[in-house]
Amino acid sequence: MSEVPPAAVVAGAAPSPDRSGVSELSDAVAAEWMKLRSLRSSSITFTGAFVSMLGVSALVCWAVAHHYASQPPFEQAVERVTLDASFLSVSGIFLAQLPIGVLGVLMMSSEFATGLVRASFTAVPRRMTLLAAKAIVFVVVSFLIGSAGSFTSFAIGQSVLATQGIQTTLGAPGVLRAVIGGGCYLPVLGLLGLGLGAMIRRTAGGVAALFGLLLVLPVIASVLPAPWGPDIQEYLPNQAGSALLHASGGSDVLAPWTGFGVFCAYAAVALAAGALLVQRRDA
Amino acid sequence: MIQARGLTKRFKSTLAVDDLTFDVLPGRVTGFLGPNGSGKSTTMRLALGLDRPTTGTATVNGHLYRELRWPLNEVGALLEVGALHSGRRARDHLRWLARTNAIPLARADEALELVGLASAAARRAGTLSLGMRQRLGIAAALLGDPSTLLFDEPVNGLDPEGIVWVRTLLKSLASEGRTVLVSSHLMSEMALTADHLVVIGRGRLIADASVEEFVRRATVGWTRVVAPDRDRLREALERARADVVLADDGALEVRGVEAARVGELAHHAGIVLHELTPRHASLEEAYMDLTAGSVEYHAPHSGEARR
Repeated sequence: MSEVPPAAVVAGAAPSPDRSGVSELSDAVAAEWMKLRSLRSSSITFTGAFVSMLGVSALVCWAVAHHYASQPPFEQAVERVTLDASFLSVSGIFLAQLPIGVLGVLMMSSEFATGLVRASFTAVPRRMTLLAAKAIVFVVVSFLIGSAGSFTSFAIGQSVLATQGIQTTLGAPGVLRAVIGGGCYLPVLGLLGLGLGAMIRRTAGGVAALFGLLLVLPVIASVLPAPWGPDIQEYLPNQAGSALLHASGGSDVLAPWTGFGVFCAYAAVALAAGALLVQRRDA
Repeated sequence: MIQARGLTKRFKSTLAVDDLTFDVLPGRVTGFLGPNGSGKSTTMRLALGLDRPTTGTATVNGHLYRELRWPLNEVGALLEVGALHSGRRARDHLRWLARTNAIPLARADEALELVGLASAAARRAGTLSLGMRQRLGIAAALLGDPSTLLFDEPVNGLDPEGIVWVRTLLKSLASEGRTVLVSSHLMSEMALTADHLVVIGRGRLIADASVEEFVRRATVGWTRVVAPDRDRLREALERARADVVLADDGALEVRGVEAARVGELAHHAGIVLHELTPRHASLEEAYMDLTAGSVEYHAPHSGEARR
């Protein structure tokens, strides 16, 4: 409409008038990756999650090995059978999940808090593309960090347990799946946080909702009387999600992939609700 | 070109934008004026697809904003509150924005250069002054070299030098044939920058006119008269229902009666006049007059004092 065609003054190559949804999404993903990288808080959070996963896992294994050493031979024999050495060595994930979940919430809520979301929506007017880009970047990054953390924790934990000869190996039944599960757990949790952040738009509210789901619901379920309490507990997000982390299932956990499926369903519901609200609401 | 057609936005019980229809044409600076809370920012957000209109449409170059494939190459916007993350470096802010629309990343540094922020490229946005953040916002708007620009209160927080710079920038963007819409609640600012005015009050269109036409249409002109026999003249004028005020230098300021009529009245009464000067309202007065009924928030008695 203007007298001067924009192409005459555009700095780079004039973009093609048609732009596929794929090109839009891939540019948005690249931009979200730059956004995540350009904030100090992201690398601090990921490093914190990684370190706490290693540290807590090692500590748990050391405590178990120490306890085992002090037991009489009979008790030791029982423990050898019941001990899930693989699970113990990745148990630091339950601390690492907190910063990762909070970062998931922040991916969306900090944009609303700072007003940045208006810049994001004017640059990427199709809001589902923006939300998908955020989800993709977060899933990839937290999967890589979660996997690295899981395998490293496993290696450290097993070497600690090996001092008492109670270690396991990746070749043992269910162990490889459980350790890979450690890498899968964090991205799903991050998506749950992202969905809550998109729904609630406030960091404090989003984090409170996430911690309520992860930490408070299990406490409430644990005081419920016998038939209901344990049944409900299995289906709560982190209990269901952690089913994948157990090399050998117990009576109070769902089957590994069933549990993980339930966990994914929580994230999917939160994301879908968040997407719907982001699409509908004014920014 | 920006076009609003019957644009209406209702927030719960308040009608923020009420049936606005206007065009913002390329090649000139269009001032978007209205008192605080009159719906300027909401109108801009509607044009940018950030808010959904209750009814009506706002289009840019004939398209709804959400349909634009390369939005930053077509539209640049500076929004009122700095849309920035305080922890991100100025250059990084522009680089991710550029990336979303496949704009070459080198353009980020060019844009910083353009707004005089090259030396602050590596500073985190939170450490920038309000004026510098405003410049960063302008750099973001210019990033894709768009043909349409929307600036919401661009001179907020700028020092006098910065204000002059923005004025010059707006005019040069318009002279390059771009569409430039600038909101302000200050008429004095628009008087120096705008070629055309769109004035709203309480969400409704009050005027859509060139600056000259706007002043001409305003009803608040007055006449300055100097006469040796001031008291008799005053009586004669007041008998004709004119509103007469004695100025500090002894002249009379006459409102409600045209200058020619003042001369006739003096002639009929046989009064000698030394001066008879019709005065047009300033742009500021014209604006005050037009928006007097539509100010959403004002101090208790200021409205009465003005009349």
